[in-house]
Amino acid sequence: MAQRRKNSARIGGADANTAISRRNLLRAAAAAVGAAAGSQVIGAPTIWAQEIKDIELRHVGVSYSVVKAIGDQASKDLGFKVTMQNLDTSAAITRFITQPQTVDIPDLEGWQTKVAVARGILQGIEVKRIKEFDNILPIFTKGEYEGKKVSRQGISPYEAMYIEKKDSTKIVEGVHDWMTFLPQVYNADSIGYRPDIVGHPVTRWKDLIDPNYKGRSAILDVPNIGIMDAALALESRGDLVYKNKGNMTRQEIDTTINALIALKKQGQFRATWTTFEQSVELMASGEVVIQSMWSPAVTAVLAKGIPCIYAPVNEQPDGKEGYRGWCNGMGLMRHLSGKKLEAAYEYLNWYYAGWQGGFVARHGYYSPVPKTAEKFMTANEYGYWYLGKPAADVIKDPYGAAIAKAGAVRDGGSFIERFTNIACWNTVMDENQYMIQRWNEFKSA
Amino acid sequence: MTRTSPSGERASPARPYLLVAPLLVVLLVFVVAPLAFVVAVSFFHYDNFAIIPAFSFENYADVLTAHLTYDLYLTMIWFSLLTWFFTLIIGFTVAYFLVFHVRNPLIAIGLFLVCTVPFWTSNVIRMISWLPLLGKQGLINSALLATGAIRQPLQFLLFSDFSVVVSYVHLFTIFMIVPIFNSMSRIDRTLFEAAADAGSSRWQTLLHVVVPLCKSGIALGSIFVVTLVMGDFYVVKVMSGGSRASIVSAMYDDISTLLFPHAAANAVILMIIVVIMVSLILRVVDVRKELASQR
Repeated sequence: MAQRRKNSARIGGADANTAISRRNLLRAAAAAVGAAAGSQVIGAPTIWAQEIKDIELRHVGVSYSVVKAIGDQASKDLGFKVTMQNLDTSAAITRFITQPQTVDIPDLEGWQTKVAVARGILQGIEVKRIKEFDNILPIFTKGEYEGKKVSRQGISPYEAMYIEKKDSTKIVEGVHDWMTFLPQVYNADSIGYRPDIVGHPVTRWKDLIDPNYKGRSAILDVPNIGIMDAALALESRGDLVYKNKGNMTRQEIDTTINALIALKKQGQFRATWTTFEQSVELMASGEVVIQSMWSPAVTAVLAKGIPCIYAPVNEQPDGKEGYRGWCNGMGLMRHLSGKKLEAAYEYLNWYYAGWQGGFVARHGYYSPVPKTAEKFMTANEYGYWYLGKPAADVIKDPYGAAIAKAGAVRDGGSFIERFTNIACWNTVMDENQYMIQRWNEFKSA
Repeated sequence: MTRTSPSGERASPARPYLLVAPLLVVLLVFVVAPLAFVVAVSFFHYDNFAIIPAFSFENYADVLTAHLTYDLYLTMIWFSLLTWFFTLIIGFTVAYFLVFHVRNPLIAIGLFLVCTVPFWTSNVIRMISWLPLLGKQGLINSALLATGAIRQPLQFLLFSDFSVVVSYVHLFTIFMIVPIFNSMSRIDRTLFEAAADAGSSRWQTLLHVVVPLCKSGIALGSIFVVTLVMGDFYVVKVMSGGSRASIVSAMYDDISTLLFPHAAANAVILMIIVVIMVSLILRVVDVRKELASQR
């Protein structure tokens, strides 16, 4: 048995230099080796199935990206075991760095990718082995959409996307043959509000800091992204124009925090929140009427029968407003090799086969390959979630609960409308430590 | 105070060391080693991508020169004092009732166990259960609005220093009750008769007999409460609605973007401050002496 493993690993390794599909060759190799070992040849796929059934891939990351239901489906479709493990963003990156051997597929945001690549814990993903690569939206692969450049404020997925060689530790500009991470789920964040109390449609971030909602608004307390929500609001109010909201200078940080402290002293904020559940509670219990929010949280408030709108904050002619975008993807840890690496590529390609795209769409999230996701959604669902059309029938979440009636339209409209209006991307700034310290001054003010 | 083994034979000189060895090993592996690691990291350099071994006081300088550090410590010491005060009053009263007013020891033990019932659920649940009570549309505000006592909901009830302290008192009073209950039950009842015979009133007995004899329990309870509050980050986060930061939540924000050395320096400083606070408490009450004398 050991001999067989060794052989197939050697053959698997040799084909890295050839252009033949590695998977087919591996199957053939496994069959050949199986025959050589004297076992009965039943057929290549069966042997492949036997070879891989002992493989376990550990996919580790945040709960909204690394979802058990998706892992279970992948295990079913692929014939090997995928284990999903959830950690929060900081615990996850710490684990990738300090115990790289305990992770196979790390879930990565842009800034985590930058850290992970620089630390040399990842291996490049070969572009030509990603079947649907050409169907990935150019937002990610080229940093543009329909000829329009996507915002580069913060860390856009494109900015952290490519390295020159498999083992490079330096991210480079431009399209290359090796990717750092494969985007799998993303969205555009804005503000949620109670239409019955606010009384007018919100399309600008400045409403978040409007004195009309004094003591009834809340802001996100994850410093790296909370400060960008604040920046969008201040820019919208006309306090200042940032050079890069995703990478502020000390001066810009000071202006932002001082404004936040002044607002806090005037009693603007009822609270700040850190978890999804807190934001749902704040809105549902009537403590706040307008706050920074995430898409599924708005859905959760709606599911409680409380009206809530996810504000469409399209970029205005004056250059203000826009969404804060985020994107999570999958990397390959450097220790992956042989059959486990083959399985990892199978798993990555499975994400782009459509099932996962259909699943996350029902949360209000998107797949980078809408073309395949469409096949796993009803025309009604695709029209509602992606095209911004009124629902022809009831819209259900991934677990079957109704969240929109017939005739309802998704807040913010179509996918294209939302994604051509990204103002900045989730990030960690160069002046991160200073920013966090000042953010805590706002908290303790 | 010379000690001989109960059997009277001379013990081997290695024996006491062997006896403490298991505990020593546990402490070395699980307390000293991680602590040494934190102290070491607190002297390291770092940039956005890596932590670089070094010996530098830069992190301490950063922490100690930041205005924020002083704000955070003042806030948490203030919370500690308030919590300590209220848990002491409540804890002492409950223990006094259980020990001296409940005649049947079985019922006393039963009631004592009842005090621990809330601890069968998690901290998080007990804390969150305050939200529907104290909220703008919570029970208290609804009741007050309905009776016409107020026209606007009272905002200070929730997401304020008030709600933080209420929650601390609720969570930590048990840590006061247990040690005080323990030392009170050791008090010799004949002392009360003696005090009464000597013409002491009930209050005088309480002040001059009960309180001094409970000193060790009070000290132990105070240590629990103060250290728990100083090291907390979750109660502050939830009950203040994120409108307050704590020492540990600031560390958490550091760690969330891998600023480990800065967080480690902060942790070492917190540890030193807490050790000072505990030694001040122990200075007022010599717990070891008290416990020994009660044997």
